[in-house]
Amino acid sequence: MASNKWSENVADIKPEAKEETRKAAVPHVPEAFWTQEETFDLSSGKYLKIWQGPQHPGVTGNMALELVVEGDIVRSCKTHVGYLHRGFEKLMERRKYIQCFPIVCRICVPEPDTNEYLFAAAVEELANIEIPEKAAWIRTFVLELSRTASLTMGLGGQAGAFGLGTIGQWAVAHRDYILDLFEELTGGRVYHMYIIPGGVRLDFPDGFEDRVRAVLDKIEHLIGDIEKVMFNNSVFKARAKGLGVIPREWIEPFGITGTTARAAGAPLDVRKNNPYLVYDQLDFEMILGSASDVYERTLLRKEEILLSIRLIRQILDRMPKAGPVRRKLPNVLHWKVPAGETYVRAESGRGEMGYYLVSDGSEYPRRVHVRGASYTHAMALLEHLVKGISIADVAGVMTSLQTCPPEIER
Amino acid sequence: MKDILTRLDSRFVIERKDETRSNLVFITVKKPVAIEVITYLRDYEGFRHLVLISAVDYIERNVFQLTYLLHNYQLHVDIGVRVEIDRQHPQMDSIHHLWAAAGVYQRELHEMFGIDFPGSPHVAEPMILEGWDNIPPMRKEFDTKKYAEETYFPREGRFKQDPREVMEIKLYPVDTEVKYGIKQVVRKRRGH
Repeated sequence: MASNKWSENVADIKPEAKEETRKAAVPHVPEAFWTQEETFDLSSGKYLKIWQGPQHPGVTGNMALELVVEGDIVRSCKTHVGYLHRGFEKLMERRKYIQCFPIVCRICVPEPDTNEYLFAAAVEELANIEIPEKAAWIRTFVLELSRTASLTMGLGGQAGAFGLGTIGQWAVAHRDYILDLFEELTGGRVYHMYIIPGGVRLDFPDGFEDRVRAVLDKIEHLIGDIEKVMFNNSVFKARAKGLGVIPREWIEPFGITGTTARAAGAPLDVRKNNPYLVYDQLDFEMILGSASDVYERTLLRKEEILLSIRLIRQILDRMPKAGPVRRKLPNVLHWKVPAGETYVRAESGRGEMGYYLVSDGSEYPRRVHVRGASYTHAMALLEHLVKGISIADVAGVMTSLQTCPPEIER
Repeated sequence: MKDILTRLDSRFVIERKDETRSNLVFITVKKPVAIEVITYLRDYEGFRHLVLISAVDYIERNVFQLTYLLHNYQLHVDIGVRVEIDRQHPQMDSIHHLWAAAGVYQRELHEMFGIDFPGSPHVAEPMILEGWDNIPPMRKEFDTKKYAEETYFPREGRFKQDPREVMEIKLYPVDTEVKYGIKQVVRKRRGH
């Protein structure tokens, strides 16, 4: 193994490229703002340290924020996670590939299908399995439907964080209609275990499409109602506008993706940029915002729900009506996936979600790394974003980043 | 993608290249040049998005493989930079000055694999496993089953899977408790 000495570094770089590379190696921002820290003298009586969470109605899931406040203005924040750690990545290393499927869907509660799809896609890529065309359409349908459910509930949570509790009730109730659909399609309400390598488990039941369309109409109607009472509500406007603004230049260092990045005007949508499944055949436009505050992010998510509904209608219209939905696999209990490593990504409701899968040619995965969008959002970004805002707005900012603690801890 | 790899090849010694897809390539570099390769990719080739930093434990070869996955926003391609570091003295230079998100990944790697990143903010602070005093749990030699058996005592109603024994407990509860010494185990643990 090479040692750590600088003198040996030089030998590894080709001589003609040495000078330019040296320049490149010098960091552009040696004193980046995120490396600097302020300390607060708690004994001075000016500052107070309080904990928001792990059990707090304003915190999404089980995580804690350690806030230092001056009056009611937040001066510093530290995120603490670890209340939901179940060691999924480690558990998967001790299970056969097919046994991992009941585990992966539990990594994100509101939107489990993205995990199922990504794990299946990673395994399929290593094992070189092509899925039937109809299975690809059904997978896209399931992803969009779970995205609608997750975003609808997120919208309700966002309203709840600003005291509009009724909208939260509406949203959760309407999510239940989607869960009913999932129950009919997959047998499970929250966790589906529906997408498996080689396709999906089952085809649509009889008359399923009509029931889907009926639920979509209901949700569209709900969005109209929410538009009236939330986005035209003067209290919500006064509190959410200009709150938690993410500057465009923060997107790169903090790895911001998904709706949060699009609200800042960055055209980052995995469905458009790296199309997977049948997204390249669907007709849709990326929705972009500009103000990048809580109001803009919420507004954008409302538009994304309508976009998802449009996409589901397109899928139902255009998907093949007949054909196989799964490919026959080798005996999954003794299935050796060829050695290799891959990374697959998909657009979840919160942003880019990805699975990094390493196989060593045995029956068990060598390593599975789950990249959740809220990992960097909640851990790195939130700590900087809440500085200088009122303590009453912390919950609103946090919900607007759509943090999902199970995804952070895996 | 080909041009990027050619330019990269002319500057650095690339030990191995694996093309998984047309838009995803994994390259292996030596540890001393790794940070320079990453900085070069970020500043000159437009790989501005740090997707993840991950570690893979190759216990049989006595190395940790670190993977830095970088994404290019314009070309929509990814490069995975793989670095192998010694498993006995796991240490790697930090890249927290390049990406703010890197600090979080490094903190997690320090906790889960015991890989040290000197200079990275709060790297030694516990993130998920507060009060953990065992070996880092994501290492291959850490046996989850053994740990669970040593740490957690059997709870009543949870300790048996064998149907014959379950029926035994249902029908003859007192005899079973004596036979398997359940109460003693519980009492012993609570005594600590």
